[in-house]
Amino acid sequence: MEHKIQLFCQTTALSELRKFLNKNLSQIKLSEKDRHQVTLAVEEVCANLIIHSHQCNEQEQISLNLINEEDRVIFEIQDRGKAFNILDYEAPDLKTVVSEKRKGGLGIILVKKIMDEIEFESQEGTNTCRLTKFFGS
Amino acid sequence: MLSIETQLENPNHILIPKGEIDASNSVQLDESIRKLLEEGAKSILVDGSFIEYISSAGLGVFMSYLEDFQERGVSLKIFSLSPRVLEVFKILGLDRLIPIFPNKEAALNDK
Repeated sequence: MEHKIQLFCQTTALSELRKFLNKNLSQIKLSEKDRHQVTLAVEEVCANLIIHSHQCNEQEQISLNLINEEDRVIFEIQDRGKAFNILDYEAPDLKTVVSEKRKGGLGIILVKKIMDEIEFESQEGTNTCRLTKFFGS
Repeated sequence: MLSIETQLENPNHILIPKGEIDASNSVQLDESIRKLLEEGAKSILVDGSFIEYISSAGLGVFMSYLEDFQERGVSLKIFSLSPRVLEVFKILGLDRLIPIFPNKEAALNDK
């Protein structure tokens, strides 16, 4: 089963994203804790795209496709902005975040810790970040 | 939606965020903490009872003040986080950097 949502590139769209995920994740085989965590991970990727790849330009959009399979749930996040390959990004350690008083960088650590698989591809101007969570992982 | 209340219970300043903290509103949390620092707060207790959700934008606000707190001798404690919000602090290891307590009484009793 698939569910799709388009989000305008503004940070206020993030609460709309959470509502979409809350509604559609309630029907699948994830624990309440896992639902909360995958919601967070998907939001972190979307927030990153909205803020950094699209500079909160509300004329632009990103899309999320939620695919529910027998043993996993897959989140495909697509945009046509500047490609940001999460796999190439070296997340800072916590000491660096504190000493440099950074407010960023934590989101990608969360995504990498919560999701089981992360894939990224960029083809003909469309970037796809695919996040997978296996049930019972 | 996020609203933030502050209460002074001398010598403690209690910060009470209510709602969901994300990239659209984490600046409110930032401003509330900055204001407490400007007022000379030496002990900040965050009541986490009403935090329904926090993303890295909100967590990053706390992180960005840790050095300032240390330099100024300000104590920051968080209490009454819901299990799922506490779990997010733990995933990042923030529970090793910020003292987190199950309730207000435990936070106040910790010297």
